[in-house]
Amino acid sequence: MQVTSPLRETLITKGKTVHDITEDICRQVEGKPTKSWMIGMAISLGILAIGAYAVFALLWEGIGVWGMNKTVGWAWDITNFVWWVGIGHAGTLISAILLLFRQKWRMSINRAAEAMTIFAVICAATFPMFHMGRLWIGFYWALPLPNAFGSLWVNFNSPLLWDVFAISTYFTVSLVFWYIGLIPDFATIRDRATNKISKAVYSALSFGWDGAAKTWMRYESVALILAGLATPLVLSVHTIVSMDFATSVIPGWHTTIFPPYFVAGAIFSGFAMVLTLMLVTRKVFKLEDYITIYHIELMNIVIIITGSIVGVAYITEFFIAWYSGVPYEQYAFINRAFGPYNWAYYTMMTCNVIAPQLFWFKKIRTSIVSTMVISIIVNIGMWFERFVIIVTSLHRDYLPSSWVMFYPTKYDVGVYLFSFGFFFTAFLLFSKFFPVLNMAELKSIVKSSSEKK
Amino acid sequence: MESGKNFVLGIYNDEDVLLEAVTKVRESGVKIHEVYSPFPVHGLEDALGYKRTRLPIAAFMFGLLGTSLALTMQTWMLGVDWPMIIGGKNFISLPPFIPVTFELTVLLSALGMVATFMIVSDLKPYKKPRMFDIRSTDDKHVMAVDLGSNNLSKAEIGKVLNESGASEVNDKNFD
Repeated sequence: MQVTSPLRETLITKGKTVHDITEDICRQVEGKPTKSWMIGMAISLGILAIGAYAVFALLWEGIGVWGMNKTVGWAWDITNFVWWVGIGHAGTLISAILLLFRQKWRMSINRAAEAMTIFAVICAATFPMFHMGRLWIGFYWALPLPNAFGSLWVNFNSPLLWDVFAISTYFTVSLVFWYIGLIPDFATIRDRATNKISKAVYSALSFGWDGAAKTWMRYESVALILAGLATPLVLSVHTIVSMDFATSVIPGWHTTIFPPYFVAGAIFSGFAMVLTLMLVTRKVFKLEDYITIYHIELMNIVIIITGSIVGVAYITEFFIAWYSGVPYEQYAFINRAFGPYNWAYYTMMTCNVIAPQLFWFKKIRTSIVSTMVISIIVNIGMWFERFVIIVTSLHRDYLPSSWVMFYPTKYDVGVYLFSFGFFFTAFLLFSKFFPVLNMAELKSIVKSSSEKK
Repeated sequence: MESGKNFVLGIYNDEDVLLEAVTKVRESGVKIHEVYSPFPVHGLEDALGYKRTRLPIAAFMFGLLGTSLALTMQTWMLGVDWPMIIGGKNFISLPPFIPVTFELTVLLSALGMVATFMIVSDLKPYKKPRMFDIRSTDDKHVMAVDLGSNNLSKAEIGKVLNESGASEVNDKNFD
């Protein structure tokens, strides 16, 4: 039997019982959409429509409508790709790594964070696909499929191909992990459903779950092993994304520090996005008793740690560029800090290195307003980090006659908006029709971690 | 009496009471059909005397399959079927094959294990579960005792369940 210390941190406030959890989480699934949800949905669909026009124009005309040129071959598209993949790291980190460390506070945020992961990875994957230009034949370029050229196979030595495998595996495993967790909660909704349609839908989704002790035993074992598999997986994904750059010979990209630096940055931006979304969700769905200030504080502490790692990585890059004695490498970094894109560089530095340090003050890291503001600042900063790495390393290459600037066109902006539209539409649909918190897991900690009345 | 049709249910409110009850009920010689809970109760599988699941072995086997498939595929494609000089490296060079091998190991291990779990637990869309008491997906733990596989009478079993701390004792009959 599990022995629980009486000195546990309170994770659920106001003396919620097991039945209260069912009521509180099922309420928005069963009720009519609220007005704020409808407004959010209308805005998201509007953004999606504008973005869809940009995507249509892109596919019709080709990627020439983007602002890239022969010197800057990767720009907003790959920036957005890396940014979205980074955001997609928090969900599996929370549910897998924190499960292995038995951190019970994960239970209030893992469901929504995993949903966010899945939608963010979908957004990310669209960018390299659009970048291929003719994405309808992209399968032959990206997957080892037999073809009419002999078969001419894909190049397994290429980090871009590793990326295909890493992202698709990460997406699949995250989706499966998320869905396994959802099954018991769907069963709860199924057994409460009063109308015919929701009964049919949720009984299909719940896979005939009955909560038998034997099934729970297997379920726990599956969850633990999936966590064990997902932990190295989540670390491998951004490592491989960073190798897209690190294994090249471009000054500014060709650095061995990239894998850990990218992984820390991914966790950093992922947690920031989780905070942004959860602060809104908790307010709109009245989940303040489940996502408490204590949860927010813990997430802010993760942001301080990863933000500091990222800061150290920025400084290390500069030191190594100087210490290497390679003039091209040194120029790439001098150009970052003092060249025409230095505004982007200082935006990145301010948002990623200075802003999160404010969380050292307890008042700031336990305040909802400042957490919201800093979480958005961090995500802006992380977008600029990828922009700085990609564009400033490319725009002044070896031949000064081909030095150029990159200017985004409305299609660059439009396709980025498309990903936002998709992301928020998907998240709003999730938050309305799926249980936003993991009911079954929360119920298991009611006795040990719920505030006594 | 035919088994699998007529049940006595003990409803429990608290997981710790349930854990002790399972031990008590089993000691008094009553065979428990199954316990249904809204959340995983730690130690319940030991109290019920279930053998440890062998799903970890399945996961390992599927992982092994993924590793060997990935290595075979890459070696055959780039080493045998169409050898190509890429960056002056060997046709078959192991280090660049590792990332894809790792990803396929994780992928096959995860999908294989989950598929095995679905099959052994008989989880599938549109399966209609046999719910003893629908409160078992809300906040109650339901212990089901099959009258057909116990020699004791309904009243005797009800008494054992009551004494073990059940908040209610109900009948459930399936046609």
